[in-house]
Amino acid sequence: MSVGLEHYLILSAVLFSIGLYGALAKRNAITILMSIEIMLSAVNIAMVSFSRYVVSPAPLTGQVFAIFIMAVAAAEAAVGLAIIIAIYRGRGTIDPTKIDLMKW
Amino acid sequence: MGLDIAFWILAVVSVVAALTVVSLRNVFRAALALVLCFIVIAGLYITLSADFLAAIQILVYVGAISILIILGIMLTREIEQGSPSNQFRIPAFIVAVIFLGAVGYALLNTAWPAVTPALMAPTTETLAGQLFGENGFILVVEITAVLLLAAILGAIVIVREK
Repeated sequence: MSVGLEHYLILSAVLFSIGLYGALAKRNAITILMSIEIMLSAVNIAMVSFSRYVVSPAPLTGQVFAIFIMAVAAAEAAVGLAIIIAIYRGRGTIDPTKIDLMKW
Repeated sequence: MGLDIAFWILAVVSVVAALTVVSLRNVFRAALALVLCFIVIAGLYITLSADFLAAIQILVYVGAISILIILGIMLTREIEQGSPSNQFRIPAFIVAVIFLGAVGYALLNTAWPAVTPALMAPTTETLAGQLFGENGFILVVEITAVLLLAAILGAIVIVREK
């Protein structure tokens, strides 16, 4: 069976699930950020495979969406790491289970 | 045929690299596995004939975001402590598996209007037309520029020493 749209979508879902597990289960804020990057990349794979395999009147719209996702991911990584570094300076830890000041 | 083999190799390597990222305790090695994962995803874009996106993936993810993350790891010095799992490890695993099952079921039971068009010529020209041309995404491009500016300024303000 030759590789088609479903293969790429399943791969994208697998990568997204791995990222979801990492974002929920890890106790280091930077690892959580890395997991979120994996999830965004998985979504990008789905977008690009749609734009490759599905004929649309406007070609390559999926790739345009992927470009915007990359820009937002870059902004998110920069601001997220800035917040993590600021928290580490103030509290000496980046364990999200200990950063619970605003928890009820 | 060659594309199929390339897809399977890249898919296996990317899944293994992603699993390494979430399973290693050493944060720095996890970041290196993340770099491998990004490079392999650029290869996947090439198999999807998205040449411009593959170049952007290498430039933005492998070049910029990985360096940012490694810089963050060095500035927070959490390598000795590592990244252990929290008490929600089992529920998180169950949630991820349920999500994968639901999405996989939905994917495999949908009749996608999928065809396999001929491999496209370099995509850069079409992409530029989509982004900047008539009826394109020019407003979104402008908003993205403002977003990036705001993110840069926000990051500088947040990490600045008082």
